[in-house]
Amino acid sequence: MDIKIWTYILVGLTFALYIGIAIWSRAGSTKEFYVAGGGVSPLANGLATAADWMSAASFISMAGIISFAGYDGSVYLMGWTGGYVLLALLLAPYLRKFGKFTVPDFIGDRYYSNVARTVAVICALFVSFTYVAGQMRGVGVVFSRFLEVEVELGVVIGMIIVFFYAVLGGMKGITYTQVAQYCVLIFAFMVPAIFISIQMTGHVLPQLGFGGSGADGVPLLERLDGLHEELGFAAYTNGSKSMIDVFCITAALMVGTAGLPHVIVRFFTVPKVKDARKSAGYALLFIAILYTAAPAVAVFARTNLIETVSQKEYTSMPAWVSNWEKTGLLAWEDKNGDGKVQYLSGSALMPGQKKPEFTGDTTALGNRVVANMNPDAPNELFVDRDIMVLANPEIAKLPDWVIALVAAGGLAAALSTAAGLLLVISTSVAHDFFKKQVKPDISEKGELIAARVAAAVAVIIAGYFGIDPPDYVAAVVALAFGLAAASFFPAIVLGIFSKRMNKEGAIAGMIIGLGLTIFYILKFKFGLIGSSSKADLWFGISPEGFGFVGMLVNFAVALLISRFTPPPPLEVQELVEEIRLPSGAGEAHNH
Amino acid sequence: MDKQQAKKYWQANLRYLVVLLSIWFLVSYVCGILLVDQLNGIQLGGFKLGFWFAQQGAIYVFVLLIFVYVWLMNKLDHKYGQDA
Repeated sequence: MDIKIWTYILVGLTFALYIGIAIWSRAGSTKEFYVAGGGVSPLANGLATAADWMSAASFISMAGIISFAGYDGSVYLMGWTGGYVLLALLLAPYLRKFGKFTVPDFIGDRYYSNVARTVAVICALFVSFTYVAGQMRGVGVVFSRFLEVEVELGVVIGMIIVFFYAVLGGMKGITYTQVAQYCVLIFAFMVPAIFISIQMTGHVLPQLGFGGSGADGVPLLERLDGLHEELGFAAYTNGSKSMIDVFCITAALMVGTAGLPHVIVRFFTVPKVKDARKSAGYALLFIAILYTAAPAVAVFARTNLIETVSQKEYTSMPAWVSNWEKTGLLAWEDKNGDGKVQYLSGSALMPGQKKPEFTGDTTALGNRVVANMNPDAPNELFVDRDIMVLANPEIAKLPDWVIALVAAGGLAAALSTAAGLLLVISTSVAHDFFKKQVKPDISEKGELIAARVAAAVAVIIAGYFGIDPPDYVAAVVALAFGLAAASFFPAIVLGIFSKRMNKEGAIAGMIIGLGLTIFYILKFKFGLIGSSSKADLWFGISPEGFGFVGMLVNFAVALLISRFTPPPPLEVQELVEEIRLPSGAGEAHNH
Repeated sequence: MDKQQAKKYWQANLRYLVVLLSIWFLVSYVCGILLVDQLNGIQLGGFKLGFWFAQQGAIYVFVLLIFVYVWLMNKLDHKYGQDA
């Protein structure tokens, strides 16, 4: 059987499983729609949170980015896991005790203000939308490569599947489908990683193979550093970003993780405060399996790639090279006419060009002719970072079913995250906006209908962005993290840990933190306000890391303003004392 | 639980947080970023130590930290009758 048939079988089976679970657990009341009736065990919730959190970016892109960035890629590894420690220690237990459905609910009640609630709803919607568009794109890319359909059709199929279990099933459907999706995605990530680790180092665990040695007895990382030096790249284990930038990006990603609404809402689904703490631990444990294997996969893939292509005849290249050339994510031009592939430091394309443009012709050697190659750059090869995880099993010559499995895993990762985000969007609209502000006397049934309509509209908008993405999807994702860090995190933390924090301080902090971060990103990422040159960056901090500065400013402004304005009312101060004590959280969830 | 007890419970909680978050900061920001060059001079198996902290060690410690916190808080809850 070939790769295509294996892909149909594995993707078909896993999809049947997800839909089956969604139908089996169809939601009845509004409470079940939002938070699974408060009856999910910490272990199941940990698995679901892990699937929710690990998106197409974690599964498909991250190992690829690290593979090209080396040490600099550590920002994603530490940033996206360290945030869980903040979440488990500073947020999850208290929000669970508070016992409402959403983050805007907490902000609105704690700061006794509809303005604060509205600011929070807008932040939640913005963060969730930017994220979900990227997931839909991920679904489309996987379909287009393995099923040989157009990206557009892939996105439409993904939209229909997501709609089914997010909109009809609600949160309960999502919790259990996400448990299934975690199992699929971790299996799909680890099987090829283990195969390749054994192949290259003899270690079964990729985490150990990462520090292991090849047949020649030289540690793999040393060999890779040597290869990098030979070809003119920065040493793999050193990286090239400045220390302050690495620090700020790591911090922004950590705090952003802790502030993401679709992850926070998961901790409302367990019965007790105790369970909220424990399920954050399980979630990080399950995430860590992938996150400690990913840098190993990155090193294996990088070494394999260089050793397979560098200084080898193009005509003797394995089949995956021409397969990926067909997708346009890999390109080669024989600039010096020796028939061999020169893979060296620096872009192969003309300055400022991000992807190859093909003329439609092929050369005598069989490669596709590229219109925008830079003839003066010594590097002849263009490789898109996003193909590394998908191409890795092919590069290592693994069996076809393993390659198909990776496709099924990529889809599980993208779909689980998309569904979780859609739920945040629909609850924000139906519950925080409709019920709390527009029509407080809406019936439970009416609210459920509003939530489903909102989810359906969100699927369609997300699908549109998936088919026709804005220019820089990666930039928009960085924006989502920076905004979550600069807006939600300080407001929630201060709401729990400072009894004196009042609405004036919190609102001013959120608006100024958010505004400053948006300004910086618009200026330096999109070049919309004045100079966007690297030399003008504040303290050399890149836009991806600026959410950290925005967060510090938010904290400072909130603390300062609250000192000059009246303290919060007595009942709010009592609420804060109440959420600090874990007992009694069970009552709210007795059906 | 009276006010005095609640205050003591909260202060014990804050002490745990300070200790655990200091370790959190140490393994990631200090070992993985600020002192990475110095630690890279030390070899751990096939890894440079600083690089290992940044791409492996910090993550393992993070997982442990949460489970230690769960264990500490369960004990504290029990002591103050908060585990109902």
